[in-house]
Amino acid sequence: MGKLIMQGKPFIPGSTHGFVLVSREPLSFWGGYDWKSGEIIDRRHPLSGLNAKGKILAVPFTRGSSTTTAVLLEAIRAGTAPNAIITTSTDFFFALASVVADELYATPLPLVAISESDFECLQTGQHIEIDSGGGITIT
Amino acid sequence: MTLTLNDKDQAMLRGDHGPAAKMAMSILVRMAEVAEAKELLDITNAHIDSTVYIGDAGLEFAERLAGLGAKVSVPTTLNVSGLDEYHWQEWAVPNDWARQAYRQMVAYQSMGTIPTWTCAPYQTEMKPSFGQQIAWGESNAIVFANSVLGARTERYPDMFDICCAITGRAPAIGLHLTENRAGNLLLQLQDIPDALQHSDDFYPVLGHLVGKISLDKIPVIAGMKVQPNEDQLKALGAASASSGGVALFHMVGVTPEAETLESAFQRNQPQETIPVTMDMLRESRRALTHTDGEKLDMVVLGSPHFSLAEFKQLAPLVAGKQKHANVKFLVTSSRAMTQLAKHAGFLDTLQAFGAQLTVDTCILTTPMLPAEMKYLMTNSAKFAYYAPGLLGKQITFGSLKDCVASAIEGRIIRDESLWGN
Repeated sequence: MGKLIMQGKPFIPGSTHGFVLVSREPLSFWGGYDWKSGEIIDRRHPLSGLNAKGKILAVPFTRGSSTTTAVLLEAIRAGTAPNAIITTSTDFFFALASVVADELYATPLPLVAISESDFECLQTGQHIEIDSGGGITIT
Repeated sequence: MTLTLNDKDQAMLRGDHGPAAKMAMSILVRMAEVAEAKELLDITNAHIDSTVYIGDAGLEFAERLAGLGAKVSVPTTLNVSGLDEYHWQEWAVPNDWARQAYRQMVAYQSMGTIPTWTCAPYQTEMKPSFGQQIAWGESNAIVFANSVLGARTERYPDMFDICCAITGRAPAIGLHLTENRAGNLLLQLQDIPDALQHSDDFYPVLGHLVGKISLDKIPVIAGMKVQPNEDQLKALGAASASSGGVALFHMVGVTPEAETLESAFQRNQPQETIPVTMDMLRESRRALTHTDGEKLDMVVLGSPHFSLAEFKQLAPLVAGKQKHANVKFLVTSSRAMTQLAKHAGFLDTLQAFGAQLTVDTCILTTPMLPAEMKYLMTNSAKFAYYAPGLLGKQITFGSLKDCVASAIEGRIIRDESLWGN
């Protein structure tokens, strides 16, 4: 039985599901995400060493480099991206990777922004479903 | 809130200006909608970070646009590429990788851009002016343009920059608009000795701390006793854009939108005030070093790219000396700065010391370092921040003088006198 626990804003709509990896620390994909494997490689980041391929990644926003978009686009093409990314505000860098992936490969990555209080409810290891309206269900 | 497009925007979106402008405008419009922009605005300069070869998706994007006949409509500089075009064979760059990176260089050059190949475009003749609306990629260039020059760009990602350059338009959002450029976080320096403020290594350390504290806020740094030079502000900005997402900082009495504390906050109250103490700076400096040993394989300078003034500062430090035989000493810069440094006579001095030069690229974006190089030293907080994840290397941060002294001795030496404890 699923339980709808939160309503997000789907800034790139799409439906998917997977186990969630959560951190309150923002992440730069450049220097932080190995697109060849999906591993988080920023050695100062709490998720360092974990693999986000096929998972739902939840980080508040992107940090630092303007190359985050390019790295996420490579990951989408290589099949090593998360299934979706949840943030606490509309993230331009993630959104652009998804828009360009749609333009080049017709494979946009679902992106949902949720409130900070809802974000606090997410825990690594939960299995969640995201619907195209931005609804998030813990299953 | 809906996005209103003018006649020319709509013409581009329909394809009246060709298929490349159509693709660029369609990405621009979708992103403007994501960002909830009300309209687009004209930009008069762009800097393209998408030149860095990451993998084949980025290359396919560039070649798609180039194949559609894309041309930029405003003066457009290019960031570092994946390759030092004429010297990559001297390093460990694999042939296959070089071929792809070169294709990406060709694609962006074909669009009528200026092949500056530098992450410090603000130190070229294309430096934007105060108040100019621009669309820049590359985090260190963005923060410098906004903060030190007072030009106006949002923090744009790779691939969006070229869409703005082709269309000459950008969403009217964020730091393009005066009201969004007010500081909202006050960082008050407390009892930071003048001698340290005069020292180069103060700025990357402060920048690293500012980024950590500010994340994506607009910090206002107050309490400076000295006037930092351009390269010191460059190091501060680059560090803060790496450890946080800083795209604009104000420094009271130094940067152009912060003549006074009140103007930095546009006469609003700071949301928060945080004192910056020596203890916090010491901790920030410690966090930039990931090894406590003395081993040293290589010194790397020039992240962001070395300026003529930095060559001028380095030359007398190495004049008449020789680096240790077991240590490499690398300076990364642009073709233009390197030529100026050569004419000024600095390169001969550096070469006599045993230094090597790389242009066009950055050791973070090209696989040039051989695997046996494990212990690196740098004066750049940006490099110290990214190198462990991107290159898997052990990093020590030090001042320019520390880097030179260490290269001569063949082991890591740091002067602790200004830092205490």
